[in-house]
Parts: sequence; C-alpha cells; structure tokens
Amino acid sequence: MKITMRFWTALVLSLPMLAEMVLHPFTGWMLPGGEWTILILTTLVMLISAGPFISSAWASFKKHHANMDTLVALGTLTAYIYSIYAMFKHLPVFFESAAFVITFVLLGQVLEAKMRSNASDAIGKLANLQAKDALVKRAGKFVSVPIAEVVAGDLIQVKPGQKVPVDGVVVSGISSVDESMVTGESMPAGKKPGDQVVGATINQNGTFEFKAQKVGRDTMLAQIVAIVKKAQNSHAPIQNLTDRVADIFVPTVLIIAIATFLVWFLLLGKSAGTALVFAVSVLVIACPCALGLATPTALMVGTGLGAKKGILIKNGEVLEAANNLNTIVFDKTGTITAGHPQVTDVVGDKHVLAVAASLEKLSEHPLASAVLQAAKKSQVHLRAVSNFRAIEGQGVTGTIDGKEAFAGSPASRAAGTISDELTKQIATFEQEAKTVVVVGLAGKIIGLVAIQDVPKKNSSKAIAQLKAAGLKTVMLTGDNAQVAHAIAQQVGIDEVIAGVLPTGKAAAIQKLQQTDKVAFVGDGINDAPALTQADVGIAMGSGTDVAIDAGGIVLVKNDLMDVVRALRLSRKTFNRIKLNLFWAFIYNVLGIPIAAGLFAGIGLVLSPELAGLAMAFSSLSVVISSVLLGKAKI
Amino acid sequence: MTKIIIFLIGIVLIGFIAWWFFGQHQVQAEQAVVNDDQQNVDIEVKGGYSPERVVLKKGVPATLKFKRTDASTCLDHVIFSDLGIDQKLPQGQVKEVKIDTTKPGVYDWACSMNMFHGQVIVK
Ligand SMILES: [Cu+2]
Repeated sequence: MKITMRFWTALVLSLPMLAEMVLHPFTGWMLPGGEWTILILTTLVMLISAGPFISSAWASFKKHHANMDTLVALGTLTAYIYSIYAMFKHLPVFFESAAFVITFVLLGQVLEAKMRSNASDAIGKLANLQAKDALVKRAGKFVSVPIAEVVAGDLIQVKPGQKVPVDGVVVSGISSVDESMVTGESMPAGKKPGDQVVGATINQNGTFEFKAQKVGRDTMLAQIVAIVKKAQNSHAPIQNLTDRVADIFVPTVLIIAIATFLVWFLLLGKSAGTALVFAVSVLVIACPCALGLATPTALMVGTGLGAKKGILIKNGEVLEAANNLNTIVFDKTGTITAGHPQVTDVVGDKHVLAVAASLEKLSEHPLASAVLQAAKKSQVHLRAVSNFRAIEGQGVTGTIDGKEAFAGSPASRAAGTISDELTKQIATFEQEAKTVVVVGLAGKIIGLVAIQDVPKKNSSKAIAQLKAAGLKTVMLTGDNAQVAHAIAQQVGIDEVIAGVLPTGKAAAIQKLQQTDKVAFVGDGINDAPALTQADVGIAMGSGTDVAIDAGGIVLVKNDLMDVVRALRLSRKTFNRIKLNLFWAFIYNVLGIPIAAGLFAGIGLVLSPELAGLAMAFSSLSVVISSVLLGKAKI
Repeated sequence: MTKIIIFLIGIVLIGFIAWWFFGQHQVQAEQAVVNDDQQNVDIEVKGGYSPERVVLKKGVPATLKFKRTDASTCLDHVIFSDLGIDQKLPQGQVKEVKIDTTKPGVYDWACSMNMFHGQVIVK
C-alpha cells in the first residue's frame, strides 16, 4: 500500500480516539464499547499502517541492521502489546499512543517525500527544457522531425519564438537568442552566421538556419544535466561523521530505552506502565533520519540552484573545499582579460587608422585584427594598397595613393622620421604595457596605434568583491612582468606571478599550496593541469566551449562575477548543511534525555504521541530548511 | 524476586543488542556470474540489501537488478554517489542499474537516507 494511503488509514482510525481524548475530560464522553473499541481501532492501525514498518524492521534485524523503522516498530509494538496485557489485568492502557505515533510518523514521511521531490526538481526542470522536435532540411525542404532523429551535420531552421533544438553553428540569418536557461545570462545574445547556438535556448525575433554539431548526449544541456545529477548524489566529507553515527545510533537508542525502563521501574519504583511510557518515548523520538537527510537535501538544492545560474558545482567535496580557501589565482589571458587584443589609443588624425588598417588588412599578424576592428568601429575608409610587403619582425609596407606607407614596430628603420612628442608618447604607452604600432607615410611617422589585451568589464568588480570576502588574489601568466603588472593594477590584483610557461602553472599552484588553500580560475582548455592541482579548480567556458571535464566548478558563462557567485553559493550551501546537522544533532541530544524522563523532576516530560510528532517534524524541518536554500540570492 | 528477574532480562537484552548489532558478522557477498559477456546480479531490497556486497569482473558490462519488496521509504532510492546514480525503486518492480566496470575499485551504494549500505567491488 502506498504511504499516503497508510497515513490516511491511520488518521481516520485514530480520529475517534482523539475525539475521546479531547472530549472526555470536559463531558465524560467515551467511545461506545470502551477499551474494546480502542483495541480494535488500534489493531487495525497496527496491521494496515504499521505493518510495513514492522516487516521492514524484522527484515533488517535479520541482517544485523537497525533503522528508523526498527524504532517506530519497537516503540509502537511495545505500547500495543503492553496495553493488551494491561487491559486484561485492569491496569491503565495506552493503545492510542501507538496509533497516534504511527499517524504522526506517517504524516512526517508523506510531507517529507513531497518536499524531497520538490528539492530534486531542478534537475527534472533542466532536462525538460529540451525542444521536442526540430525543423530539419530533408530532401531540400524543412520538415519537422523528432529531436531524437536529428544527427550532427543536419541543417536546422529556427523560427521566432521556437527553441533551438541542439547545439550548432549559425550558417544564415540574424536573430537574438535568450540563453538564460543554460548560461544564467539575462541579456539576449545576438546571433549571426558563424556564431554558436546552444540547444534549449529560445530564439526571439529573426529566423535563422544552423548546422547541428552536437546532438543527444553531447549537447551542452545534456552535459549540464549529467553534472548536476552527479553532484546531487555526491558525498560531502562533512557527512562522514553522520554516516558513522547512523550505524551505531539505533542500537544505542535501544539500549538507552531498556536502561530507561529499568531505572524507572526498578530504581525509582514506578509502575511498569509509567516506566514503559518513558522507554517508548525514547524509542520514538530518536529517529536518525534528520541526520541522514541534512546533507543530501542541501546539496541537492544548492547544486540545482547553481545550475539555473550557469554555475556547475561538481560535488560535495568541492563545495566543502571552496569554504576553506584563502587564495584565488587567476589565469590572465581569457580569464581576467578578454583574450584578444584591442586598440586602446590612437595618436594622430584619422588618416593614421585608415593607413594602418589598409595595410594590416593584408597582413596575418595577430595584432592586425585589433586594428581592423578599430577601423571598422570608427568607420574609416580603407584605401587601395599596391606593392604590399611584410618585413620580417618589423611590420608591413605598401604604396597608398602613390606614397610609401608603413605600419609596424617603433624600432623599425623603415618607419621614417619621428617627432620628439611621438617618441615620448611611445615611451608612455610602453610603460603601460601597451604594444605600439607606428604608422608612417612618405618617410615620416604620422601617428601611433596602441594595442592591449584589456580586462573584461566585470573583472575589477569581481576582484574587489573577492578581496572584500577576505581572499588574496593572484594573477598567473606567461606574459612578461610589465604587461602583467599593468593589467594587475587596472583590476586591483594583489600579487603577480609572471613569465610562467603553460607547463609551469601547476607547479606555481603547488608552491602556493604549501601555505595556502588555493583556487585556480582558468579557461580550462590549456589550464587543465593547474585546475586539477588547485584545491578548487574553477573552469570558465564561453558559449559551447565549456570545459566540462576540467575543474571542480564549471562556469558556463565567461564572466568573472560568476566566480564570486559560485563561492557565495558554496558558502551558503555548506553553511546550510552545517545548520541542518546542528539541528539534527541538538534535537537528538536534547530529545532523548527529555523522553527518558530526566527532567521529570521539573515537570518536563514527553508523551509517546508528542515524541512521535517531534520525530516527524525533525526530519521535515531539515528538508524545509534545505528547500529554503533554493530561495537564497546568489 | 520479580524485580531481580526483570533486571536480569534487561541486562541480557542489552548484551544481546550489543552483540547482535555491533559484533562482527559475516556480510553476504556474491560473485557475479559472467554469461555471454554480460554479468547480472539480482539484489533484493528488504530491510537492507541481499547481497550486500557484489563482486564484478573488470571489463565485463554489468547490471545490478534491484527489486524492492520493503515498504520502508528509507529504501525507496538507491544511490551510488561515486557513479552519479540515483535510481528510484518503486515497490515490487525490478530496476536495473548499469555499472561501469572499466576501472577496478570499490563503489559504495546507500539508501536515500544513508542508513543502509552496499558495496560493488570491481576487480
Ligand atoms: Cu529514516
């Protein structure tokens, strides 16, 4: 029988007894049939509602195990059997205690099961985000096919308001896509040919076509679901204690209950009935389920909440480690900075950028794209270039409007004459760790373009908040010290470790770990060894390139503020676990002595019914406390 | 006189509980039988797990078939935290849990309240 049915049965059968209990002191009303009616009602409760507790307790007893069913079964059976004996001996009976305890325990379990399914809902919601079908080009026409039939390489059309079915790259059309369900980013992302789209995101205005790249279990959503699932079932080291407690807990309680009976009956000379009430109360109140639920429910809610915001915490161990950090190390390029150089300053008139861009358009230099982008942004006209030539290690030259033009290193002699003012300017830029491109025309330098990999817009805000949270911030980079220090100063980083080869990053982390607990934040692609070495590896992704394997925490969005949020979430979840454990422990530590009658001298006693109610609500309160974590702001 | 008898009964009961639950008792273990490159183990879920320890052969695809006959809500899920598996066990139905046997090791499983435990050993 289902647990809800067992509960309702117990409740309905207990109600007449409850009515008598409430009404009798005022009106003297009693159930027709007296004790016999109560015996029958309670027997039905024991058979129908308590039966499964008893059979489960017996089955585990045979395996040398004991669980909460053992306590409930023994407690209620003791009350029931003693009452039958007492009835024939014309002693006071307490059948209703057994019936009420069963009702309350079942009530607790019904509510708890409901809350638990609420808590684990996040994952179900995530998995349901996926589109059910897709408009796929088959035989020259777009037809709707079930998502399971989409294969990599398919051309898929997405209309406004539709969900993007799988991961891929846009081939035609322009639109904006709401990606909040996967990345947690509330701003819609613009999409044009060449951009990545992610399955389960919602297309907003335009129609576009894209080529499917990842389908089924390979899509980002599927991988996120897999990570969250794993995280929700993981262990936190703090749990090890409760694991051990749970093993010895129930048998210990049984022993305490017997001792309680012996003390009351033999030492204090009370009646067998009174002594039994105390023993039964001890059995009933001491359910260790609150302890068992404290960690898993909080983990479930915490990791689910993170997933909604694009923060994937891989397991409970990481969560616990994230709470003991005192140093956070950042990779520079792509993590603190945008990872691609941008033009920061242009000295001279608008010819400067036009000449530079016209030449660089033909070049393959990595800085060329920065110049072109700047030219496009300020809408300068590109000129025709003839006799284009790249001078190895110096720059590029060509003829524009019949004049010799040059763009390249300030050290190059091909640049031409330079004014004192520009020479001074070059020195300033170089001090700021900017790369300078000089632009020459007809043998004379007409201006400068300064280029730098600039910090992302949230970098300094995030670093300031991490410092405020008491963390030491360190930048780790392969760049030279001057460039590194310039960026560090801009974003407010405490310490710089520069000139580290990619292979040396893990060693640098290891060195820091001699004194500190270290987190490493990197983009995950070439930082895997450092991410693994650190106490907490935080891998940042961008779009579909989430480095899922590297790092204990994976950030879907490439935004440093998510590092702050991830640490905040870890802290909140871990604190909730500690709070849950505290209440679960305190409850048993205080509950058992009260139930045993230790405070009977001051009038503080627990009847078995109240003990049953308290027991039901101890685990329920732990689950509710975890569910409330889901409402936390991060 | 009755008081002495009751006292003795109480002491014996306490002793019995301590011996029964805390003493060293043999755990029921089972070595999976390999058939057609596939190994299956039936596990009964009733007041715990029988068998409680399953030994699997490395590299052979393995399935544990859990059947819950116990009404206890404690046992309504089986969780392999190292493997990221959380399998609901509806009463009376057989639920299959596939175990990755590519790596040797010891993987624990537990009920959703972490009160009952079992173990898979891959070697
Ligand atoms: Cu329990």
